[in-house]
Amino acid sequence: MKRTLTALVATAMMAVPATAAEIKIGFVTTLTTGAAVIGNDMKKAVELALDHLGGKAGDHTLTVIFGDDQFAPETGKQVTDKLVKQDNVDFVAGYIWSHVLLASRKSVLDAGKFLISANAGPSALAGKLCHENFFSTSWQNDQTPMAMGEVLNQRGVKSLYVMAPNYAAGKDMVAGVERTFKGEIVGKDLTKWGADAQLDFSAELAKAKASGADGLLVFYPGAAGGAFIKQYHQAGLKDILPLYTVFTVDALSLPRLQAAGLDSVIGSFTTQHWDPTLDNAANRRFVADFKAKYGSYPSFYAAQAYDAINLIASAVEAVDGDMSDKDAVRAALMAADYESVRGPYTYNTNHFPIQNFYLREVVVDDEGNWTTKVAGLVYENMKDPYYEECPLK
Amino acid sequence: MKPDRKTAAGLFVLALLAVLPPIFIWTGNPFYVDLATRLVILAIAATSLNLILGYGGMISFGHAAYVGLGAYAVGIPAYHELYGGFDAIASFSGSFQIPLAVAVCALFALVTGAICLRTKGVYFIMITMAFAQMVYYLFVSIEEYGADDGLVIDVRSELPGINLDRPLQLYYLAFVSLVLAIVIVRTIVNSRFGMVIQGAKGNDTRMKTMGFNTYIYRLTAYVISGAMAGYAGALLGNFTTFISPEMMDWTRSGELMFMVILGGAATTFGPLMGAAAFIVIEEVLSHVTIYWHLPFGLMLILVVLYVRGGIMGLIEGRWGRRR
Amino acid sequence: MDTALFVIQLLNGLQLGLLLFLVASGLTLIFGILDFVNLAHGALYMLGAFICATLTMWTGSFVLSVILSLPVVGAIGFAIERLVARSLYTRDHLDQVLATFGLILVLDTLAHLIWGPEGMAIPLPAWLDGQIAVTETLVIPTYRLLIIATGLATAGGLFWLVNYTRLGMLIRAGASNRTMVAALGINIQLLFSLVFALGAVLAGLAGMLVAPITEASIGMGNNIIITAFVVIIVGGIGSMKGAFIAALMIGLIDTLGRSFLDDIFKLFMSTAAAETSAPAVSAMLIYIIMAAVLAVRPQGLFPPKVR
Repeated sequence: MKRTLTALVATAMMAVPATAAEIKIGFVTTLTTGAAVIGNDMKKAVELALDHLGGKAGDHTLTVIFGDDQFAPETGKQVTDKLVKQDNVDFVAGYIWSHVLLASRKSVLDAGKFLISANAGPSALAGKLCHENFFSTSWQNDQTPMAMGEVLNQRGVKSLYVMAPNYAAGKDMVAGVERTFKGEIVGKDLTKWGADAQLDFSAELAKAKASGADGLLVFYPGAAGGAFIKQYHQAGLKDILPLYTVFTVDALSLPRLQAAGLDSVIGSFTTQHWDPTLDNAANRRFVADFKAKYGSYPSFYAAQAYDAINLIASAVEAVDGDMSDKDAVRAALMAADYESVRGPYTYNTNHFPIQNFYLREVVVDDEGNWTTKVAGLVYENMKDPYYEECPLK
Repeated sequence: MKPDRKTAAGLFVLALLAVLPPIFIWTGNPFYVDLATRLVILAIAATSLNLILGYGGMISFGHAAYVGLGAYAVGIPAYHELYGGFDAIASFSGSFQIPLAVAVCALFALVTGAICLRTKGVYFIMITMAFAQMVYYLFVSIEEYGADDGLVIDVRSELPGINLDRPLQLYYLAFVSLVLAIVIVRTIVNSRFGMVIQGAKGNDTRMKTMGFNTYIYRLTAYVISGAMAGYAGALLGNFTTFISPEMMDWTRSGELMFMVILGGAATTFGPLMGAAAFIVIEEVLSHVTIYWHLPFGLMLILVVLYVRGGIMGLIEGRWGRRR
Repeated sequence: MDTALFVIQLLNGLQLGLLLFLVASGLTLIFGILDFVNLAHGALYMLGAFICATLTMWTGSFVLSVILSLPVVGAIGFAIERLVARSLYTRDHLDQVLATFGLILVLDTLAHLIWGPEGMAIPLPAWLDGQIAVTETLVIPTYRLLIIATGLATAGGLFWLVNYTRLGMLIRAGASNRTMVAALGINIQLLFSLVFALGAVLAGLAGMLVAPITEASIGMGNNIIITAFVVIIVGGIGSMKGAFIAALMIGLIDTLGRSFLDDIFKLFMSTAAAETSAPAVSAMLIYIIMAAVLAVRPQGLFPPKVR
């Protein structure tokens, strides 16, 4: 009883008024459950970005407060509320998961704060629900599979089987490949996602094989990707049903696939807006320092998180730390005047990047580690398919 | 009647909850109003669970389903009012949504309770969980209401004289509801009806031979409890403005059970104490470490093993010894 | 519907059913004999997977690691029985559910602290990593056949143990009349600990078998434990035969539901609606079956005769 009271009073006293020179950034990602492998990589990139910036944007200190969404939209919204109301942050960034972002967006935007997605790009936020204070440093969900659909057309794939998790991004991925793929989609499976996601795909793989499709396209981010590739390998489908992936084979899954010796992944293709081999000064520094500091290649999640912090820093510097002038901050964000690791890009009217999409191939690097390299350009300065539905001009 | 320490402690917490939120606002800590609102709403749900679990001995492991259904009863009419379709239930009006939440949950409790109450012991625990899982997967499958992604409730319930967009007004609605819930459960428990329920918990056969159709009594209590949890769900939906199937997961039902046991089952203020302790401990621990489930789980085990009667038992025991 | 696909899905269902049986058999033993609801049984499944993965990293041999891991998991089960479960036998089911719920939180977080959040893969030896072609269209991953074989062998061993050994006799006697067994001078405490350890070994084995497919991950036990409870409730608590039949039934229904329900649904609804509703309905299916069984037979399909 008494403890309850003391705890309430103690927590009530913890609030500290924000000083003008301190810019606070809330960063929501997944730090527990199996998906924490992604969140930890983003967290590393945020810390690296702060190192590179010296913890400052101009004269102003940048403080990042991390929030753990536990891979659940409801919890994500709760931690977002806390960042907005208790910590009174100026920006909320992060968000791996589309459903977490959709659940949390009102909490940030209604409070007049800026929301920067460092990964999730649900179609709604690019179209009808776009907002003047929402920006993305990643992509809209449909775009990467659209690029993959284009690649499939070029390779003469006529029929495709699609598998994805059953949540907002999974559905966007399927919609994306349907937009550009000219052949027939002979079957698709949406599997259970979340903290208790389905990880045994035996029934689905058997169906995919029986469908006689020319190719299998999957989207399984995080740990599920490794499990999927493994079962694909064990089922001996490599020569019967070629595998195409989006957001599945990445710097997080490759070392694990390498450890398990699943070499059927070498030479496979994926599409993305970024790759560790992209040749620009910011990316060279980012990849080299990330490897030096953490001993592994950064994932695309890390690249986007790194960009998110740098975008925010560029805006804070441009307005000289004056967060009260929202229009000026917005204009500064819109300018995207920072060294992005993907190379320079511009913002579309819906505040999603207009950027290139590349074909990436899985290769073995000079030190024998499995990684990816750019194998070609798929789209140049691509706009997402929803921006015209966005009322912002 | 001798002065009751448990009642005094319960009233003290209620008094704190009555005065603290404006102070939180005044000192610039609106987040703690959120915390208090969540606490009060969960306390209503726990109070409703206490009626069947604590007094009635019906160990429902699926109570979160009612909370979730209640929240969807707010979210779905609002969704249709905003985006069209299903005109029969499209509405922003709280005087439609809240009765709907209560009615849906009462009906669900009636149908499932009629089946569940045929079983006993652990079978009862598991079949209540099974029905909750069914509701969980039902909502996972309904694409239109967001499926796994959940449903954002864009507009809160419109009520005459109360603006739920104002945190303090929403809070005090929840607070008054909690007081009413406690009074209602206490009244039920002290009535003849309540005596039968508690009698059936101790010795069902005896109550039957005394001529009571305990099945009907228990089912009635089950329906009342479900309806109250649905009401709590309607408040929760208005509070979070977001509802997902995740809120009906079996672990959430487990948390509600824990609140009741932690506070003290079959006591008037136990569920409130349990919910308060739960929320405060969760908040403090998760602030300290992302591994907060470890101390939390240990605490759960220790409470079950060593703290008979929960917080209420402690309060009573401590004072009892001094006398 | 083509036959090869159907046969493969039957085998997949059989595999899932046998894994469920390994988890459920321990659960039903502990439940039947000790009258103890152990939600944390799934955590032993997870620990089995992680311990086996770690040992495979050290020894380089998956099969050797399974053999080494089994006694380790058994010892953990033994310790849990002595430290936590024992104090709960005299309590009601509610206390048991809550305490073991707490135990899940503790064990999951410990696993997170020890092994990190990303989970662990188990590489398979080459002879298990391939496929066996039965006919031209019927190709089955070798490892899945191994799971089925191991599952059947374990089930057979368990029946032998329960029905034809002295330990099994004591277990059966303990289940029907605890005081009688104690009166005969049997160390009932030790018997209980052994039953608990046996249950842990079975759950751990299931975790080890599944890990090369899905990887070992935090919270993996929480998915299977609820399904395992459904199995023992449907089968009748305490009944080994019931657990076996119900496990296979649930495994097959779940797998066949996932594979063919959308085709069935497409017969009477739009393709889009079928593709989205089928997975959820097949997930609901096992709970619907459980509720239906309990509505007709409140003690499950094969309740043990003497209680």
